[in-house]
Amino acid sequence: MTTKPTPRVRVPAKAAAGELIEIKTLISHEMESGQRKDAQGKTIPRKIINKFSASFNGKPVFAADWHPAISANPYQSFFFKATESGEFTFVWKDDDGSEYSSKNKLTVG
Amino acid sequence: MSSPIAGLTRRSTLTAGALAAFASLLGSRLAFADDKMVMAEIKKLYGDKSLAEGKIKLDVPEIAENGLVVPVNVEVESPMTEADYVKAVHIYADGNPQPGIVSYSFTPACGKASAATRMRLAQTQNIVCVAEMSNGALHMAKANVKVTIGGCGG
Repeated sequence: MTTKPTPRVRVPAKAAAGELIEIKTLISHEMESGQRKDAQGKTIPRKIINKFSASFNGKPVFAADWHPAISANPYQSFFFKATESGEFTFVWKDDDGSEYSSKNKLTVG
Repeated sequence: MSSPIAGLTRRSTLTAGALAAFASLLGSRLAFADDKMVMAEIKKLYGDKSLAEGKIKLDVPEIAENGLVVPVNVEVESPMTEADYVKAVHIYADGNPQPGIVSYSFTPACGKASAATRMRLAQTQNIVCVAEMSNGALHMAKANVKVTIGGCGG
């Protein structure tokens, strides 16, 4: 691990009530699959982000359980139906127990 | 008709040698999942429940040049209301070291049961997608992706 994973999230700042918005997320992470071997032939231990979850005003919206087959720098997009203003919380959980998060505001109206 | 020995030209000998080398290369690699393992994973979650066709739009490229980054987009037809929504979607691959790729959980707040990510594929294989509706019904879709360069490190 060389750099700390940095999440990047794209959420529209404003939406009309009832509008369907697409949320795109990306986080820098090598997603070491546990299948690769180093130059000495030793298996490189698995280290991936195994869970991504999104909630809005504290209520769960969407979650994804990632397996080692997810590419490095994992991308995830999904939809959300805007009904009220509030704040998204996005959380990425690493195999080593660390958590990375991002908060993004959405204004409806 | 020539005898099998006489028929063994320089070219065919070379091809056979190359094939044997390739086979031993494959043999030395890790074991891969197969169709049965994917079905076993589905059975683990849902038992012997029947899997209906339709409702799922599984969007993967027909040919992936780079197996390290293959876009996968899934969309399940559903009104996404409290009474009728898509609860979960699982995506599997039958030719990777492990069958699981991703499992999504949706809520009615999503408004649309659709999600996209990028996956690694070790070789040409089938992608299997299972969607669980809020009423317990299961749907399944399958697609084949041809992979030119595998994405399994090695």
